[in-house]
Amino acid sequence: MGSQERGSQESLGNENSDISGSSMAPIKAVNLLEAVNLALHRAMESDENVVVLGEDIATNGGVFRATAGLKERFGRRRVMDTPLGETMIAGVAVGMATQQLRPVAEIQFMGFIYSTLEHLISHAARMRNRTRGRLSCPLVIRAPYGGGIHAPEHHSESMEALFAHIPGLRVVIPSSPTRAYGLLLSAIEEPDPVVFLEPKRIYRLSKQNLRDDGLGLPLDTCFTLRQGKDITLISWGAMIHETLKAADVLATQGVRAEVIDVATLAPMDLDTMILSIQKTGHGVVIQEAPRHCGVAAEIAASITERAFGYLRHPIQRVTGFDTPMPYYQHENLYLPSVTDIVDAAKRTLGML
Amino acid sequence: MQYTSTPYCCQRFLDPDGRLVSQLPAHLKEPAWLLNSYRHMVLIRHFNQRMVDLQRTGFIGTYPSCLGEEAIGTAIGLTLHKDDVFAPYYRDLAAQTLRGVSFKQQMQYWGGDEWGNHFEGTASADLPNCVPIATQVTHAAGIASAFKIRQEKRCALTTCGDGATSRGDFYEAINLAGAWHLPLVVVVNNNHWAISLPRHQQTAAPTLAHKAVAAGIESFQVDGNDIIALYDGIQYAVKKARAGKGATLIEAITYRLADHTTADDASRYRPTEEVNTAWNNEPIKRLRIYLTQQAWWSEQQEQQLIQQVNEKIQDAVNQFKATEAQPVDDLFDYLFADLPLPLAAQKSLARAKYNTQMKGT
Repeated sequence: MGSQERGSQESLGNENSDISGSSMAPIKAVNLLEAVNLALHRAMESDENVVVLGEDIATNGGVFRATAGLKERFGRRRVMDTPLGETMIAGVAVGMATQQLRPVAEIQFMGFIYSTLEHLISHAARMRNRTRGRLSCPLVIRAPYGGGIHAPEHHSESMEALFAHIPGLRVVIPSSPTRAYGLLLSAIEEPDPVVFLEPKRIYRLSKQNLRDDGLGLPLDTCFTLRQGKDITLISWGAMIHETLKAADVLATQGVRAEVIDVATLAPMDLDTMILSIQKTGHGVVIQEAPRHCGVAAEIAASITERAFGYLRHPIQRVTGFDTPMPYYQHENLYLPSVTDIVDAAKRTLGML
Repeated sequence: MQYTSTPYCCQRFLDPDGRLVSQLPAHLKEPAWLLNSYRHMVLIRHFNQRMVDLQRTGFIGTYPSCLGEEAIGTAIGLTLHKDDVFAPYYRDLAAQTLRGVSFKQQMQYWGGDEWGNHFEGTASADLPNCVPIATQVTHAAGIASAFKIRQEKRCALTTCGDGATSRGDFYEAINLAGAWHLPLVVVVNNNHWAISLPRHQQTAAPTLAHKAVAAGIESFQVDGNDIIALYDGIQYAVKKARAGKGATLIEAITYRLADHTTADDASRYRPTEEVNTAWNNEPIKRLRIYLTQQAWWSEQQEQQLIQQVNEKIQDAVNQFKATEAQPVDDLFDYLFADLPLPLAAQKSLARAKYNTQMKGT
């Protein structure tokens, strides 16, 4: 069952709402990148088996600075600059994880993650299963992903569906600083492998007040960011921001949109989405990724299978095109816009 | 023996005719370990043949025979300490058996039952067989990294075939082992054939041991059919790793006397004469000649051993045949630590489907 975002409805206007926490840890205003950094510090502090590895992550603190300060704090033995080789990073993380470490490996950009797939598919995701529980693979692969920062070729794709298709693998994507902090902590504590994809377009977009209390947020559950009874807008990652803006626009036209952040793409919390659809009867799924065989297709199909009788219009998808992510001159054409989402919602509602 | 980083050098004590060609170090002169090795290699050869027979009669699935390669795994199994970790490829019957993986479990693995990977005892931290080529080498580097991070005096040992040395995982792993000075031993089982591709088409490198030069780790070749050379070389590398003195690559030169697997027919791609010649070099015959010449072994002991071996194998086969198929729930219950909700629904479906199928039979 989905989690209600702590505090009231989330929109762009209340990004600074506090999250509650029991400890007396100080509250700091942080962006998503800083939240990742705080979570890594906290995880390494609380469990000596947590180690961090990747390219340029130790001395340089990561090309985005996500791992800054870790080497100084926890030493070179636990914070490791690796030679350049993503296959090796994934394979080494698998080996470490089978021997009671909890490696958190960074792949510098999702565009370089593809050579890790063999280790994720053939080993990490099935180690527990194929040894019938004798060995497990509690690793986290972190990678910045998605478009919108005018990056070079191969730096802007959204290939989350590749990972969501792998049985035994968790795929987690945060959409705000507080969720980045809480979900990453939970991902590292998770006894099974997690691919943690960080939407880099919103790394520094806005700040939220965060209490560094070491409390994780639940995995395998959606977050309902905004309640509404007319239509359900479902998304994840950076697209949550366009989706919330679209909900604001729709509100000015009298449409009360419910906004669901899927957050864990696999295994997926369909129950929350279906309950919402049963209430609204209308749904739009928004993803930055290409359309064909994307996660949006899985959501639309599953809702149709289980809640067809409640649907008053077929589920619509707003997605990228089935083309490679264009070089950055046209990346804004590729990325779903607020207008695309508003229009899809209005079509679904018979308003266009 | 003193090893150098000259990879050309191929170490050998016992030649194919059972003659000593190098002076034996004192600790290798004792008959006990040699007799132990001999008994184990005979056991493995018989069990391996039984596995092929079990495949031919439909009791297990496709199986990769280790015929002629028994010495390598035997030397590994005898050398590794209990707290070391072994990351095998998939022709490692001899080593796995010495690590305590039972024959029954090995039959379960090749017979389509994941419980065959649920090792206990010494092997409980070992990796299961690794079918995707060379990926176990990066895992072993990760295991060695874990030991180094925790400052444990343990070693990770992995095996791979000659074909695996062409893959990225192999290069990336040995490169890391050099850069991080890892307690890793890589034993390349060069049996000259990667399915149908002969060694000379695999690489232009003069030896596979040369590949370690670029990685900055020590390497050498050993006669992979000479248990003494293997034991000496692997022991050297394991001791070195456990002492924190870095990684070693050993190219063990042997020959795949069998087809690649039971699904393969090697006569399509390699000449029979080559196989016949290779039989002259196999590891068991030469050791038997040597032991017999030393008066440590007799025909009577041989017959007794074969009888014991067959009884042991038959016991295991009986146990395997009496093992019921695992419950359907096991397909789901070990994927995650806790079963996620969507999978719980699929588990119910699988149970229902299974029950329906059972009614139909």
